[in-house]
Amino acid sequence: MLGGDHRPASHDFGDLDGYAGALGGLCRRDFLKFCTGVAATLGLSPALGVRIANAATDPGRPPVIWLSGQACTGCTETLLRANHPTIDTLILDMISLDYHETLSAGAGAQAENYKDQSMKRHWGSYVLVVDGAVPTRDGGIYCKVAGETFLDSVKKAAAGAGAIIAMGSCASWGGIPSSGPNPTLAKAAHEVLPDKTIINVPGCPPNAYNLLSTVLYLLTFAKAPDLDDKNRPKFAYGRLIHENCERRAHFDSGRFALEFGDPGHRQGWCLYKLGCKGPETFANCPAIGFYDTGEGAWPVGCGAPCFGCTEKGVGFTKPIHSLATVLTLTPPTAFPSVGEPRGEGITPGAAAALAGVGGAALGAGAVLASRLGKAAEPASEPAPTSDDRQQPSR
Amino acid sequence: MASHEHRPLGGKIVTAPFLVLLVILFVAVIVLTQRFAFGLGAVTHLSDGYPWGIWITIDLIIGTALGCGGLVMALLVYVLNRGDYHPLARAGLMTSLFGYTLGALAVLIDLGRYWQGHNIFFPWLWNANSVLLETALCIFVYIIVLAIEFAPAVFERLGMNEARRRLHKILFVFTGLGVLLPMMHQSSMGTVVVLLGYKLSPLWQSHLLTLFFLITAFTIGFAAVAFESVLASVCLRRPFDTPILSRLTGIMAWVMLGFMIVRYADVVRLGALPLALAGDAKAVSFWIEFFLGAAAVLLLMPKANRSSPRFIFLGATAMLFNGALYRLNAYLIGYDPGDGWSYFPSLGEILVTLGIFALEIMLYLMVVKLLPVLHAARRAAT
Repeated sequence: MLGGDHRPASHDFGDLDGYAGALGGLCRRDFLKFCTGVAATLGLSPALGVRIANAATDPGRPPVIWLSGQACTGCTETLLRANHPTIDTLILDMISLDYHETLSAGAGAQAENYKDQSMKRHWGSYVLVVDGAVPTRDGGIYCKVAGETFLDSVKKAAAGAGAIIAMGSCASWGGIPSSGPNPTLAKAAHEVLPDKTIINVPGCPPNAYNLLSTVLYLLTFAKAPDLDDKNRPKFAYGRLIHENCERRAHFDSGRFALEFGDPGHRQGWCLYKLGCKGPETFANCPAIGFYDTGEGAWPVGCGAPCFGCTEKGVGFTKPIHSLATVLTLTPPTAFPSVGEPRGEGITPGAAAALAGVGGAALGAGAVLASRLGKAAEPASEPAPTSDDRQQPSR
Repeated sequence: MASHEHRPLGGKIVTAPFLVLLVILFVAVIVLTQRFAFGLGAVTHLSDGYPWGIWITIDLIIGTALGCGGLVMALLVYVLNRGDYHPLARAGLMTSLFGYTLGALAVLIDLGRYWQGHNIFFPWLWNANSVLLETALCIFVYIIVLAIEFAPAVFERLGMNEARRRLHKILFVFTGLGVLLPMMHQSSMGTVVVLLGYKLSPLWQSHLLTLFFLITAFTIGFAAVAFESVLASVCLRRPFDTPILSRLTGIMAWVMLGFMIVRYADVVRLGALPLALAGDAKAVSFWIEFFLGAAAVLLLMPKANRSSPRFIFLGATAMLFNGALYRLNAYLIGYDPGDGWSYFPSLGEILVTLGIFALEIMLYLMVVKLLPVLHAARRAAT
């Protein structure tokens, strides 16, 4: 009646747990390339790409449970922008994203049940991703999902998690919700889970590949990557933006944009004086850019000063256009101006010549005008006084 | 018919003023020798920020506008068929011929790689998207057209009546072209600065630049005719052309008023007026331009003033300098390439510009004495 059953037969997918099926159409070569890329992002030997590939396609691979609290969904959006591989390959095949409030196919009790089942089945081994700050005032009633406060669901999920990743600035150090006056007493994930080791992947939003690389590292090596003193993976947050910025040469030469749209800004000069927080912010933004859109696809690259989203006490705390505290090298107080004088200006000779010509013209004009005034009446009889008055010779 | 109305002035060519002009020209030639031997940088203050200096702005952009007397007169006499302005037409054409020829000369002088200048004659080397190509070709063709338009005066002098009679039959074609071509490239000169974008101060940057350059071609062209007519009357001891000028001035006063209204309404519309109060060189230049225009309108609008050579002279001078300053502003003073670039003409550039104007006056003096250019009927009355 409806023109036949259009559902594809199950054999169309082939063996879902084998390479071809599990990768959702991604061929083996492409997938290995991706995993090698991940290895490179992590600063590992390319040979480890194969190990990563094996871990990602392991049928028994641990699932990822993603909980969203006081968040703007930006962190999920950033995940959607990953395109090697695309999001469908990513969440269906490469990581097993078993629960995610925005991306889940199911809804309501169905989704909650699936979360509980998955957590039970993988108790002790699943990866928990927390995205968004946790409100703690009044028992955490300011953020609830399925009748449960976010504070409780995070604590419950954390109890059985093999690893916990705080995704985004809000989960990593409080982010926007924790900025003053902080009415909900929003806290970072590690503040409500003091006895757990949490890998922080801050950013607003973080680069999707930083999360992806962290997750795959966990799956591959069953341990957290090297972390810095703020529990951020060192491969992504080990270096100062300022030290790797493509505009750094302008900083060193004292070429600063002083206003949006001024000649310096138009020519891609350093944004330090517009309040760029690159000099006190650790992240790999200039090195890997965002979402495979090419060189310069990050805030500073497109002329917007860095606002320090990955650093507690900088992002959402310092005024956007206030000067950064330069951690590595304090610039001198006086720099050459943006408009270094070029070209040649007025010379005494030129001034004298112009003044002479101007004066002569003005004088001649004035004399002429006064003569014209006198001559206005007897205009038809000008007095002949010079050679020029001679009659034509023919 | 024209043959009865124009006569050569005759008289000695080499006079004291002529010698002074010759000295100025000589100095310019020395500077130019240096320029062609050692390049633009040796003589000019041109830079990457200011690739065009006064040679282009004054000699070409303003110089050709001064040469639009021919356009104004051809439009009035032949297109609008106002034969009563005819006595001024030939003098207007002559100024145009000189203005444009010397403008073209200025371009050649300013051309960095002048040894490639001949490439403009090869159509397969053209960049068809270039506004400057249109301007250059238009000016080049217009100089030829002007020469043909002016040819009757030469034929008359040489007694080549047959050639003159034949040319007269087809002259309307060239007169038509002589109106069309300058309107094309004078407006294109405005288009060129539209392309400067933000580098040109909003006090001048406007989509109406094309129209404004066309109107200033008319106001400067007319002012040059009036200015020159009055100056010729005084310096060459000829009677004033007051009655003709008076009527022409009446038209131009209204054109000028219209220009002022559109020009400054446009500035207000674009919200650029606060810049006029900035107190910098641009703002000062803007106000001088405004007051010159206002002075031209105020001096020429009252009917009584228009019969006085003094007011016509002062009004025409104000109008001329308003248009010239407008063009100087749009090309140079209002232009800021940013990055700290600055420019002020070098002594060499000023001397060459003076030399070119000296050459123009010398040519004028020579031609009016040798060829039938100036209106003769009134002269006979003296």
